[in-house]
Order: sequence, then C-alpha cells, then structure tokens
Amino acid sequence: MEPFKTHTGVVAPLDRADVDTDQIIPKQFLKRVERTGYGAFLFYDWRRTPDGEPDEGFVLNRPEHAEASILVAGSNFGCGSSREHAAWALRDYGFRVVVAPSFADIFLGNADQNGLVALTLQDADVAELMRRAREHAPYRLTVDLETRVVSDEHGFRAGFPMDDFRRTCLLEGLDRIGLTLRHEDSIRAYEARRWPSLAGS
Amino acid sequence: MTGPRTLFQKVWDAHLVHSEPGEPDLLYVDLHLLHEVTSPQAFDGLRMVGRRVRRPDLCVATVDHNVPTTDRSLPVLDAVARRQMEVLRRNVEEFGIRIFDVTDERQGIVHVIGPELGLTRPGMIIVCGDSHTSTHGAFGSLAFGIGTSQVEHVLATQTIPQQRPRSMEIRVDGTLPDGVSPKDVILAVIGQIGVSGATGHVIEYTGPAIRRLSMEGRMTICNMSIEAGGRAGMVAPDETTFEYVRGRELGPSDEEFDSLVEEWRSLASDPGSTYDKRAVLNAAELEPQVTWGTNPGMVVPISGRVPSPEEAPDEASRESLERALEYMALSPGTAIGDISLDRVFIGSCTNARIEDLREAASVVRGHRVHDGVHAMVVPGSGQVKKQAESEGLDRIFREAGFEWREAGCSMCLGMNPDTLSPGQRCASTSNRNFEGRQGRGGRTHLVSPSVAAAAAVEGRFVDPRALRD
Repeated sequence: MEPFKTHTGVVAPLDRADVDTDQIIPKQFLKRVERTGYGAFLFYDWRRTPDGEPDEGFVLNRPEHAEASILVAGSNFGCGSSREHAAWALRDYGFRVVVAPSFADIFLGNADQNGLVALTLQDADVAELMRRAREHAPYRLTVDLETRVVSDEHGFRAGFPMDDFRRTCLLEGLDRIGLTLRHEDSIRAYEARRWPSLAGS
Repeated sequence: MTGPRTLFQKVWDAHLVHSEPGEPDLLYVDLHLLHEVTSPQAFDGLRMVGRRVRRPDLCVATVDHNVPTTDRSLPVLDAVARRQMEVLRRNVEEFGIRIFDVTDERQGIVHVIGPELGLTRPGMIIVCGDSHTSTHGAFGSLAFGIGTSQVEHVLATQTIPQQRPRSMEIRVDGTLPDGVSPKDVILAVIGQIGVSGATGHVIEYTGPAIRRLSMEGRMTICNMSIEAGGRAGMVAPDETTFEYVRGRELGPSDEEFDSLVEEWRSLASDPGSTYDKRAVLNAAELEPQVTWGTNPGMVVPISGRVPSPEEAPDEASRESLERALEYMALSPGTAIGDISLDRVFIGSCTNARIEDLREAASVVRGHRVHDGVHAMVVPGSGQVKKQAESEGLDRIFREAGFEWREAGCSMCLGMNPDTLSPGQRCASTSNRNFEGRQGRGGRTHLVSPSVAAAAAVEGRFVDPRALRD
C-alpha cells in the first residue's frame, strides 16, 4: 500500500449526503476480477445524462475540478454495499483523500486498506471547504497526516481526529495481514483452546 | 469482576485472540462465507505472496450475485459474469473450500443458505464480503460485512482486526397487528432513526415483539441493520432459535446439541446491561410501510402521502428530498395508494425465505397479476424453491401470472439480466432503493412480501389486508 504523509491537491465538492457505494461504482462493473481499472467507471451514472452523454453539470466533469485529488462530500459517505470497488474506483480515478462529516463503517475500513485517506471534519468546516472549492476553483488544499491538519493558502486550517493506529498504518502503508501475522502464536493458542484436536497438527 | 455484559460483549470477548491498548482487537472468525463478486481479488492477493487459506474448513462458498435465474441448463450468456463464476470455482478448488455451485440444489443467496444448512449458529463470529451479512445476527451471532482486502485477511489468518463498536438497543414493544410483517418493523425503525442512526454501533433488537418473531422474521430485521448504518444486528438466542438450528444438515450433531444449547442460553444480555444508545418502537402502532424515495429511511405508512420538501427540517434534507422526488418522479402530497407500478420483485436476502413466499402467496391466491404489471418471484435458495413447490405455492404464483425463477440475488441489485428499464417503477421486497440500484433510471419502492403481492394484483399500492378479506 502506498504510504501517505502529506498531500496537496485540487478539491472537488460533491454536495450530497448519504452518497452510497452503488453511486460510487454501479453494479455492472463489479463483475471484473481485477483490483485496478475502475477509475473510468467512478460515479458512472452521475457523470452521464440519460442519453449517455457527459453531464456537464456534474462536478467531476467541470474543467476546474478535472484534476481533483481531494473529494469533499456530505455526511454518511460510502453507505450501502460493502464493495471495495468503491475505494478502488476513487483511488484509480486519482483521489487520495475524501473529506466528509461522517463515513459509513465498511467504507472507512475499505479506504484504510487502500491508502485512501478518509477523514472527518465538522459540518461547518466541510461546508466552508465546499464554498471555497466552488468559488475559488481550482481550489487547492493540503492534508497533512502527520500533524492531522487540513489547510489552504488562504487561512483555512482545521484539525481532524484519527486514532494513532489508523494514522500509523496509512503513514507507513502497512500490510494489515503482515501486522496480524505477528500474533501467530496467539492465533495458535486460541485455536488450541477451541479445537484441542487441531493443536498437534 | 466484570459487570453485566450484553450479548454483543459476550460474543466479542469469547473471540478475542489478541488485545492491546491503541490497536484494534484481533477476533477469531468461526465462519467465512464467500461468493463470486467480492472474492477473486482476495484469492489473487494470497497467490501473489504465496499465502495459503488458514482454515478452509471454516469457509463456505456459493454463487448468487451474478447467476441467471432462468433455466440452469443453459450457458451463462454474460461472458464477464461467467468468467467471475469460473474464477470462484478455480479458487475454491485450489484452496480446498466447499462450494454450493449453481447445479447444487442447496445453492442460493449466501445469507439464506447459511442458516438453512445449519452453518449459522448462536455465538459465532461470521463474516462475508457482503454488507447483508448482518442477517446471521438473528441467531445471536456477531455477523458483519467486510471488504475484499479483509476477505483476504480472513482467508490468510482466520482472524479480523476490529475496533470495538458501540452498542445500541432497539426495543420493539407490543404486538404486531395482523398483516404487518417484520419488513415493516425494520423499515419503520430506519424511518425513525435514519440511514446513519446506528453508524458505529452493533444493534441488539429486544422486546416482546421481537421475541414472538420466527427466525425468518428476525433475519429480515437483522438483514437491514446495515440500512440504518449498523455494523451488525443481533437477537439473543432462545427456544425459537434452538428449534430452528436443531437437525439442520450441516448443523451440530444430536450428541453435542444439548450441551451447546446450555452454552447458547448464557449468551443473552445480563440483567442490568447498558447500551450506548437506545430507540423504542411500539409494534401495535405500525402499518405496512412503503419507501417513496432513494434511501430506505425515506419511508411512510401505506395509508400516508409522499412528503413535501417544505416539511424538511433543514436545507440539506430539503435538497436531498427534492432530488429524491425528482428521481422517483413523484409529486409532494401524492397518496401512496395512487402510485401505480410496472414491476414487482419478490426475492432477495431480506425476503425470499419460505415464510415470505407463503405470506405473498396468501395474498395472491385467487387473484391475477394486474394488466401491464410484470411480476416475478425469485426464491432465496434451491431448498426454498423446492419447499415452496411441495406446498403448491409456485402454482399459485404462476396461475396468477408471476414468473417463478431459480434462486439468486437477481433484481435486488441487477447484476444478472434481471433489471429494471429506465423509468420503470417497481414494488420490491429487497433492501435498497438507491438510484439505479435495480437498473439505471429504475424506481424502487421497498415493501414487505404481502404489500408487493397486493401491488402486483392491483397495479398500485394497496393495504394487503384489503385483498385477503
């Protein structure tokens, strides 16, 4: 997993709450067996009109947000299906960070596994970022994971909560399976208690 | 000394492999369910670094999301879907995992076959790369959905690191009126607490109305815990649970059953247990429910009306309400009973068990599907289908004009050919009414099996009790 220390990039404001993973990556793209190549299908139905033409009103289709790598969205982002394809699609498209007032639990876990920094700010800060991103596009923001601070060059500055374990895993790009395998002895001991017959094998 | 513990705390504590301050707890997984959509990249990850599956004996796979629900002897026409199913077959063979494949009578939706086969038991930790894994919590197990990287993690280690969620009690008092089903209870719960009302929490459903439910009813309720944002939903095991588990094909043997029941009895939350959050509903006040919008919290009683943006408490809710009305092509104030339908779908891991099909059939019996409505029933598993056929339910549906299909997820998410066309309006017993969920531009109303059945007959929403009288 790619480590994340600090990142400065253009913000795309997606001013909607309860953005579900069916919107982030619709079901027809879940039949693939690869981890990559989902970026083109990100927000597939929102990026197109019913006729299949690009919808110029949608934030990611606007030239001033074209290079966006930081998505700012409403509360409960990533609700619904557990599909990790949602995190893969956001990363593959080029997003490194999603900022929202809150996230759905499974999405948050999936983001962590893919070096996609999902961070929460207060409602008022998220609203302010959306305003700045709309009014001063292309609007650039810096996310510093080491200090847990989001800031811009025009005086915006807000700290965000993130527990040390999540932060360390993201900073160092740690392999979670490798971390768990440090506890192989504990796993073995647990299995020996539960299934004494397996202990000798 | 520890104080009183909840069901959730007991199951969590019993599975602790490793715990240290500042890190997530490491939990042992008793049962890992796999399907074709969220597993291929996980197996690939294992192969890339030469890892094995630690406990293939605790894994079970099936194909459900992609499978066509038409004639099983025909080839799968969608080449990408076919390949995904073939990849699962190759993976389970390579790693020695049991599969219930499309030709096996026991194939079905993963959350239907787990309980049905006796794989799901009280007190377990169960995971699956699917958010509706919460279904299995009906047995007093802790069951939750995970992403594909975590699927790989569980395959490799049989454990999962998790931050301990907070706890929430949802108590349902009173008695459910006749004609009001468990689906109506969970839709009303989500309507009350909202689609993120339980985020970060494991829900325990308690109260007399829950106690009186069958296992299938409890599964319907736990299934949609995720639609309230819950990490999982649980019901304490009782005699109803034990009787359901007893004698299942892959369940505990008769010899070990009695001692297991003793253990399972002790799982119930201790008197004096506390929860981080609570909500209470009175079942006696409930009516059949119908969602009108684009998330499951946008729900009203069947006698109600589509709300107006002016009723929204704040600007953000007003915008999402307006957007939902536009997508659903509904005007504020429209009576739910005036909404007419093009399609009816009875199926999904929420409502495709035998009791659901009986409930729907009892409404359909003696009626015909309304002109212009296309209605289908997709049983949750091969065994549900067989049971329904032995009771003659298939004949009731077919004679009324329903299609009677093979088991799978089908039009709940429309990954297989069963989808809505743009603009079509559907009464669906599934769990998500998100934009495009059942097909791009499709409009989904979530309802119980009897409301769906009545909608098929009348071509619009009607209280199913009116048809039975």
